[in-house]
Amino acid sequence: MDMGFLFASLIDGLLLGFVFGVAAIGLTLIFGVMEVINLAHGPVIALGMFGLYFAVTLLGLHPYAGTLLTAVGGLFLGILIYAIAVHRVIGAPHLSSLLATYSINMMIIGIGTALLTTSPRNIEFSLGSMTLGTATIPVTRIVAALASLLAAVALYLFMQYTRWGKFIRAVTDNRDAAELVGIPSTKVLALSFGLGTMLAAFSGALIATLFPFTILEGGKYELKSFVISVLGGLGNPMGALIGGIIIGLIEGLVPVFLPTTWVLVVEFVLFVLILLIRPTGLFGGRAQ
Amino acid sequence: MKRLLWLSVILALGMGLLVGCKQATPAPTEAPQPQVEEKATEAPQEQPTEAPQAKEIVLTIGFTESKTGRLNVSSGRQAKGLRLWIKHINEAGGIKLSDGTVVKFQEASYDDESSKDRVQELYTKLITEDNADFLISPYSSGLTAAAAVIAEQYEKVMITTGAASDSIYKQGYMHVFQIYTPASRYLTGAIDMLKEADPNLKKVAFVYEQAKFSTAVVEAAKAYAEEQGYEVVLFEGYPSDTTDFGPFINKIVESGAEAVLGGGHFQDGSTFARQLYEKQAPVKAVVLLVAPPEPDFAELGEAAFGIIGPSQWEPQVQYTPDAAKELGIDWYGPSNEEFIKAYEAEYNEEPSYHSAGGYAAGIILEYAIKKADSVDPQKVKEALEATDVLTFFGRIKFDTTEEAHGLQIGHEMVYIQWQKDDQGNLVKQVVWPKEGATAELIYPLPR
Repeated sequence: MDMGFLFASLIDGLLLGFVFGVAAIGLTLIFGVMEVINLAHGPVIALGMFGLYFAVTLLGLHPYAGTLLTAVGGLFLGILIYAIAVHRVIGAPHLSSLLATYSINMMIIGIGTALLTTSPRNIEFSLGSMTLGTATIPVTRIVAALASLLAAVALYLFMQYTRWGKFIRAVTDNRDAAELVGIPSTKVLALSFGLGTMLAAFSGALIATLFPFTILEGGKYELKSFVISVLGGLGNPMGALIGGIIIGLIEGLVPVFLPTTWVLVVEFVLFVLILLIRPTGLFGGRAQ
Repeated sequence: MKRLLWLSVILALGMGLLVGCKQATPAPTEAPQPQVEEKATEAPQEQPTEAPQAKEIVLTIGFTESKTGRLNVSSGRQAKGLRLWIKHINEAGGIKLSDGTVVKFQEASYDDESSKDRVQELYTKLITEDNADFLISPYSSGLTAAAAVIAEQYEKVMITTGAASDSIYKQGYMHVFQIYTPASRYLTGAIDMLKEADPNLKKVAFVYEQAKFSTAVVEAAKAYAEEQGYEVVLFEGYPSDTTDFGPFINKIVESGAEAVLGGGHFQDGSTFARQLYEKQAPVKAVVLLVAPPEPDFAELGEAAFGIIGPSQWEPQVQYTPDAAKELGIDWYGPSNEEFIKAYEAEYNEEPSYHSAGGYAAGIILEYAIKKADSVDPQKVKEALEATDVLTFFGRIKFDTTEEAHGLQIGHEMVYIQWQKDDQGNLVKQVVWPKEGATAELIYPLPR
């Protein structure tokens, strides 16, 4: 085994892992706060890709400025989705929220396919490559990983040190008690859903700087987000980041030993194992 | 309980994704083309026979186009080529048969969304509802294989273009005729070219799309490469929707491959080329299917430089009436310059080989109808079987044995490479075969 090959593969996987992690944080945050499994997560990631595409092609923005704009758009989109579909199913049986978010998923996919078609799009953007030992890495990948890390840290600081962050944590812990002390729980839930969607759109935009995409592309990353969320512990955002890195490393590592198409098999075997052996995930689930 | 919930959610999602990949939500399709004139077939006319010159029939050419989905670029060009032929033949007054009948053409077409499932449905519709007289295949081997089943079932003659896979023509079909050089001969010329460029080159890697066409190409090329004494150090397929080629490129680097052959269609091929460049993979030659000959490939900029691709046709190729005379066969249709000029005037873009293939499919049908001197499908089929003709697209001759009926045996590939002109602009040059080359092969890749 050539160590250089191993290193290059691991670096590739690691960098992507951060981006996967941020997508998963969005999913797990929503589940953590309101116990809603957001099946519209994938299409929102795809919308993030298209958000950046239009920011670059129509508004002429720099891709990274476009990424920020897309993230802000994602926040408002999330609040809108919350108001339309999610608010009335909070506290209802899981099936209701699954169906509600699945409907949103179908609407975005349907309208997106009709308006944008399923033809692949590409954002023409390159920052060259960097050589690190045996690995040659496109700079856009490094930036995507750093931006993801930054987003995760920003979310952590927000949750720990700001008033609204503390509100979110209070509602997560005990919604009734939070309401008793005057926390506007509906607004907090809407904000949380918005933040989750924002992270999904943000990760989608970052992915769009790396690879071509279609409106159906989100499904792939949604599936990864589910695996990562379970791996890192449901409702545990920092667990999701680490879960993302682990999945990224697996994606780097598996092709070294097996045909690349085996990546998904390995990921799902891991997923089932985690559910069977340690359902709270590697880093503990949502505090009850 | 919660575990069960998550497990079922993920299973449902996985299934959804699979279905999603297979069948995109249908986009609105194009309504059948308005009938230009009352459709009349070869059936006896109520007209008196003493006025044969008045008889004009309009044949419907049925086909699907991938307006959406991953095949949209190449498929769109193919359809443009075909539409140009329909326009030309009608403007030229149609085909005049010896009994004075004038044959004109109209199209009936739909968007197949790059989906096999849609193709079968739509070709059935073209035959049963739009009453198509002759069929032209969709783009790509996968879609064409699906359409061929329908064509054969209804015994409709289908000229296939943009469909190189050999296997379609080995199913015992009697009504399907291939314009393209088949997949089994797609990359063998590239092996010869590499051998000539560098006798010391030994290690080659095949990284290809897991699709009907590309798999058929690389399997034939791998066998040929091994026969020629090459060591195949990597032979791996990737799913059609792959966007991250990082793992494959790392494997190529690790395997020590000196040349990479493979790819599949336009989208994956151009992404692959871009990432090979971004990761500065130290290989001496890259030969990819389908994508490089497309004019859009130049949008990759530096990443396109030096990339080689097999092509069914290039603007620079020179097939002439004189060459036909030398071969002792017919020449038919416009010259290369005439085709290019007309195409550029119509669409304001350079034709790719897919465009030329679309036009050539029409030309071959036209030639067969003329030879048959009839629009009777059986007679046209027999004329196609007897065809051996040189056109601007190259030589066209079909296998008529039972084992491989309709397989193309006359046409040959050319190989192009993206090079730079004096101003540093990317230009396509034909680098193989030597006798048709417009420039020297750049080897090894300057990376």
